[in-house]
Amino acid sequence: MPWTKIAAERQNITTTDSVNPDVRRGSYRDAILEATRSCMETDENVFVLGEGVDDVGGVFGTTQGLIDIFGPERVIDSPLAENGITGVAMGAALAGMRPLLVHMRVDFLPLSLDQIANHAAKWSYMFGGNASVPLTIRAITGRGWGSAAQHSQSLQAIFAHFPGLKVVMPATPYDAKGLLISSLYDNNPVLYLEHRWLYDMTGPLPAEMYRVPIGKANLIREGKDVTIIAISQMVGMAMEAAEDLGADGIECEVIDLRTIKPLDIELIRSSVQKTGRLVVADTAWKEFGVSAEILALALEDRDTFNALKGPAIRVALPDVPTPASHVLEEVFYHGPEDIISAVKKAVEEA
Amino acid sequence: MSTKSDVNFSPEDLAAIPQKALLELYTTMLRIRLFEEKIVELYPEQEMKCPVHLCIGQEAIAAGVCRNLKKDDYMVSNHRGHGHGIAKGISMKVLFAEFYGRTTGCSKGKGGSMHIIDTSQGILGTSAIVGGGIPMAVGTGLSSRIKKDKRVSVVFFGDGAFDEGVFYESFNFASLKKLPVVFVCENNFYATNSRQSSRQSSCEIANSARAFGAPGMCVDGNNVVEVYKAADQAVKLARSGGGPSLIEATTYRWKGHVGPDVDYEKGARTEEELIYWMKRCPVKNFEKALREGGIVTGETLDAIPQAIFTELDEALSFAIKSPYPKPEALYEDLYNI
Repeated sequence: MPWTKIAAERQNITTTDSVNPDVRRGSYRDAILEATRSCMETDENVFVLGEGVDDVGGVFGTTQGLIDIFGPERVIDSPLAENGITGVAMGAALAGMRPLLVHMRVDFLPLSLDQIANHAAKWSYMFGGNASVPLTIRAITGRGWGSAAQHSQSLQAIFAHFPGLKVVMPATPYDAKGLLISSLYDNNPVLYLEHRWLYDMTGPLPAEMYRVPIGKANLIREGKDVTIIAISQMVGMAMEAAEDLGADGIECEVIDLRTIKPLDIELIRSSVQKTGRLVVADTAWKEFGVSAEILALALEDRDTFNALKGPAIRVALPDVPTPASHVLEEVFYHGPEDIISAVKKAVEEA
Repeated sequence: MSTKSDVNFSPEDLAAIPQKALLELYTTMLRIRLFEEKIVELYPEQEMKCPVHLCIGQEAIAAGVCRNLKKDDYMVSNHRGHGHGIAKGISMKVLFAEFYGRTTGCSKGKGGSMHIIDTSQGILGTSAIVGGGIPMAVGTGLSSRIKKDKRVSVVFFGDGAFDEGVFYESFNFASLKKLPVVFVCENNFYATNSRQSSRQSSCEIANSARAFGAPGMCVDGNNVVEVYKAADQAVKLARSGGGPSLIEATTYRWKGHVGPDVDYEKGARTEEELIYWMKRCPVKNFEKALREGGIVTGETLDAIPQAIFTELDEALSFAIKSPYPKPEALYEDLYNI
């Protein structure tokens, strides 16, 4: 499949897409559903557990119809007991199953922090590698329409902080499928964080099973002036911004981070060494966030530090919970124009 | 505490259980007791550099429950888990090696006394977060349901865990799905130094099972035969698809919450209470019943401790002669390949 090869070679998604009109396309939502279904068909140890996974809505369509194919033994509705159910999924994983635990909202994850952080994350290490927890936890970030403070959070940083967890955040349908398959076949707990606003996004989506490696970022646009490292929904905005900036003669290199943990340190550093300027666009809060970690990685490495021509800039959320009023939401959230401003500032200050 | 003052074994019960099983129950309890007492003896040397939560006084529960389990049945336990591990089949060698921080320990020296594992015996780990292991046993039960492998899962937890929300979340799900799980609450009446009556409104743990449509049984946890019979019933129910049970076994921990010392000296509990419970010793009372009832010969009983002392010596020698982890081991085992 040409697309698989292309992705592996880290070519520009947008360009490839436009030059390959025959490539199969699908939505981010389809990608998640297809990955789940394919894994369940291929491996009887894979099962789905979560609040409403068997209902008509099927978690915004991402689990729709699975109940009809696989039945209630493998598509299991859950009580509203996030911590307990996370432990149940973990126990099943310890017994050799590959559970896919689904949360409608990222915001429900803090309820299960004990089982994720104190248990799943530590079980391999704490027992000297004598246990493995092949558990995938999906959770969805919301945004806008007054979702407010408890239905819109991006919590990747707190999970990335715990040793033993892996955290992925696909930004395209292609990666949504490939990363979910990789997560389900990983022998460790993986937090698979989705963005609600990407659900209708369409893009190349091969029909076959394929994996996108966990721990590898994707260089999706080459440029010599500024490196933009973007996460999840910010990837599309970064590409838009890069397009606009290109018209002004600023050539941006865009990296879709894809995996928060383990971070693709090598790609981040090599790109910054090339461009000398760094902008990070995150869906989460700026303070103590993933963007801070990326800046630190640049500063801690002699060659990267030396290559920096000016201050790095973060496009990330201000240190307040999400407001409801659309007027305040506009101030709170960032768009492509904020990335453009950041890049211009990075260039001017260099 | 409403537990009766004597530990009585009915002749009918003793006659109904095969002699081999009775002897094994006794031997397992004594192995646990002598293992823990060896820790008490050696701990002051400060060579076992990890916190130890001893289960002296509570041995009958581990022994009575695990005698009903098969090797591949699953078990999850807690920070006070030495006894559960020994009863389920972990070797004393890898336990001591773990406590001494050696690479040959059951967790390669990364877990310490609170984190023991032996997957070959169905022991999937122990959590030092109160209640943390409970949902895992429900998860292994769910796995058995999906795979139809007829395994039973057992989880041991204390009365402190009954305070935790995760118990209710887990028990509800196990009962909802009729999963093959046996919940064993070792009620020793204290969470660290906090009395059950200062934490719980009714102090009727076993009765709570009814709210979830599952059976609950309260037994004398110092009477290994009572525990054995209750667990036999619960394990059979689980294995036959009848769903979970909650066994509350009342007992008492002779030592402090952590460490080898008694804690009445610190004023944490009273000496009278300890004396009362030491008279209810699960090991000695059972030995007396076996001896006086003529069920096991004195000769056989007398030979058991020596065999255990030999086992302990060999285990300790293995542990102390084992190498420490190399510095690079710090970075190993984070992820499972």
